[in-house]
Amino acid sequence: MDSVRKYFKILRISLVERLVYRADFFLTTFFRFLPLITTFLLWEAIYAGANKDDQADFEIATFTKDKMIAYLLLVQISRMFSSMPGLSTGIAREIRDGNLKKYLLQPIDMLTYLIAFRGAHKIAYIATTALPYALLFLLFHNVFDGFPGPLTLLAYFASLLLAFLIGFFFEACIGIAGFWFMEVTSLMYIINIFTFFVSGQMFPLELLEQYPYVTTVLDYLPFQYLAYFPAMVFLEKKQGVDLLFGLGVEACWAIALFLLSRWMYRLGLKHYSAFGG
Amino acid sequence: MPIIEASGLSKTYRVYQKKEGLLGALRGLFHREYKEVHAVENVTFTIEPGEIVGFLGPNGAGKTTTLKMLSGLIYPTKGDATVLGHIPWQREDEFRRRFALVMGQKNQLWWDLPAADSFQLHREIYSLPTEQFNQTLGELTELFGVKELTRQPVRELSLGERMKMELIASLLHQPRLLLLDEPTIGLDVVAQVTIQKCLREYNQIRGVTILLTSHYMRDVEALCKRVLVITHGKLVYDGQLTGIAERFGNEKLVKLQFDGSDTPDDLHQYGEVASREGPIATVKVDRNRVADVLAAILERYTVLDVSIHDPPLDQMIAKVFEEGRVEAPLAEDTRITASSER
Repeated sequence: MDSVRKYFKILRISLVERLVYRADFFLTTFFRFLPLITTFLLWEAIYAGANKDDQADFEIATFTKDKMIAYLLLVQISRMFSSMPGLSTGIAREIRDGNLKKYLLQPIDMLTYLIAFRGAHKIAYIATTALPYALLFLLFHNVFDGFPGPLTLLAYFASLLLAFLIGFFFEACIGIAGFWFMEVTSLMYIINIFTFFVSGQMFPLELLEQYPYVTTVLDYLPFQYLAYFPAMVFLEKKQGVDLLFGLGVEACWAIALFLLSRWMYRLGLKHYSAFGG
Repeated sequence: MPIIEASGLSKTYRVYQKKEGLLGALRGLFHREYKEVHAVENVTFTIEPGEIVGFLGPNGAGKTTTLKMLSGLIYPTKGDATVLGHIPWQREDEFRRRFALVMGQKNQLWWDLPAADSFQLHREIYSLPTEQFNQTLGELTELFGVKELTRQPVRELSLGERMKMELIASLLHQPRLLLLDEPTIGLDVVAQVTIQKCLREYNQIRGVTILLTSHYMRDVEALCKRVLVITHGKLVYDGQLTGIAERFGNEKLVKLQFDGSDTPDDLHQYGEVASREGPIATVKVDRNRVADVLAAILERYTVLDVSIHDPPLDQMIAKVFEEGRVEAPLAEDTRITASSER
């Protein structure tokens, strides 16, 4: 229990550190919304291809225009939980410049420290962007069919929490690869591009259903749980067995990546301790 | 019970030899040559509680590598060490709570936040009770004279002030052992002296054992009664600082002020003339012959003032470095217990 309290307090102090950069926060939030507007305009144009009469009901891979907009908005929320900017490059940098030693000299564990730090960052970020996001959702409130039921909401929050864990441990693993590889930044760049499509940030993965096996494979990979899956849960497009299955796979990935990160870290330290920093 | 017991500590690195040029780089893809670097070889020593011990050696001698092994950052190729009763490279929490390593020029404080916040973070990391923490913090900021500076962002502090904050941060959890790697490097003389004074006082108040490496002889002379000298990875001297002069300084500097405006021209028969300025000359005389030489000079010339010094410590240390393996003095005179340290 004592160690939980310790990391919670670290969380609190990290929160303070994040809020120091208030101007940074507001600017970043503002620019985060810009690409969203471009995406909306793009889909407007795509849906404008339908006949005037059918426009409201016209579906692309089971998504009406309204639902598409709703999906894209929800994906922003998912990403709020699962994106970990700078985590992997930060770890790789600390390994390279020797700052890793603070985790070796002090009674503290790197992964636990970082997840507390990221948790604090997320809380601070959500707190400061709550208002602009609320306004945005208010603006587009008619694309939504109101709130889903309490059970669905519960599943939604669970999927968001798991998305946070998957996002964290996945990027942590890449950062820890920095023990063996010098160029983690390049690796991260490639992975980011790949993840952007495969996580459903750009479009719902239903659009890939025309290709055989793709969506089935993606169901078993962690990527879609970073953006696509939580959004779909909220939209009630994942029900019953599908929902439970998705949550199950998500939970498995969270655990698997957690274990992988710990194992890699231990291995990396052994390697590092042979050479020193 | 000793605080540090190192026995046969050795660290050997295999360093990949990069060949020059494109052809060399290509060849390196298929066939790599390695060279073995013996950073530390068979280093054995013991440090008792309350000592302040200096760790001297030229660059690349193995000082920092030894410190890294003692703090658990790297593990040795051979040999053992016990620090505070633990094996350092197992990095047990119990061990990590009771020592601190500070490396000069490398900071562990948050750059953009006031030092006070970093201290708070330390408090959480080490789980220090509030009462004790506040008392220790008060004591330390008082001692180092930085009470008003703790709320300023660290990046706005001068190098000397930042180093003081680093030291305070390292002492907050009341470690029993403090390992310092070049703590005063890059600092101005005033800051150096203040830090020396603070470390000495802290050692006396709290009995914290200090092992420090430094290039600055002033640090070593101000703080350490005992020194360990390492060259090429080997421990070549383990004993009193004063002992170095006795063992390796086989010359004395004899400074003479002659009556008149000039010094005699034939002083070189007594030894190497280090300097001649007006009526004052300094001669390097073999230490066994000092009495005879002095007698001869006083008989032949009128001398107004005489003083006899050891050559500067750096020079003697440098000679120790060059000579490499020398017999270290035996154990009886090297141990200083806390009670005799005053």
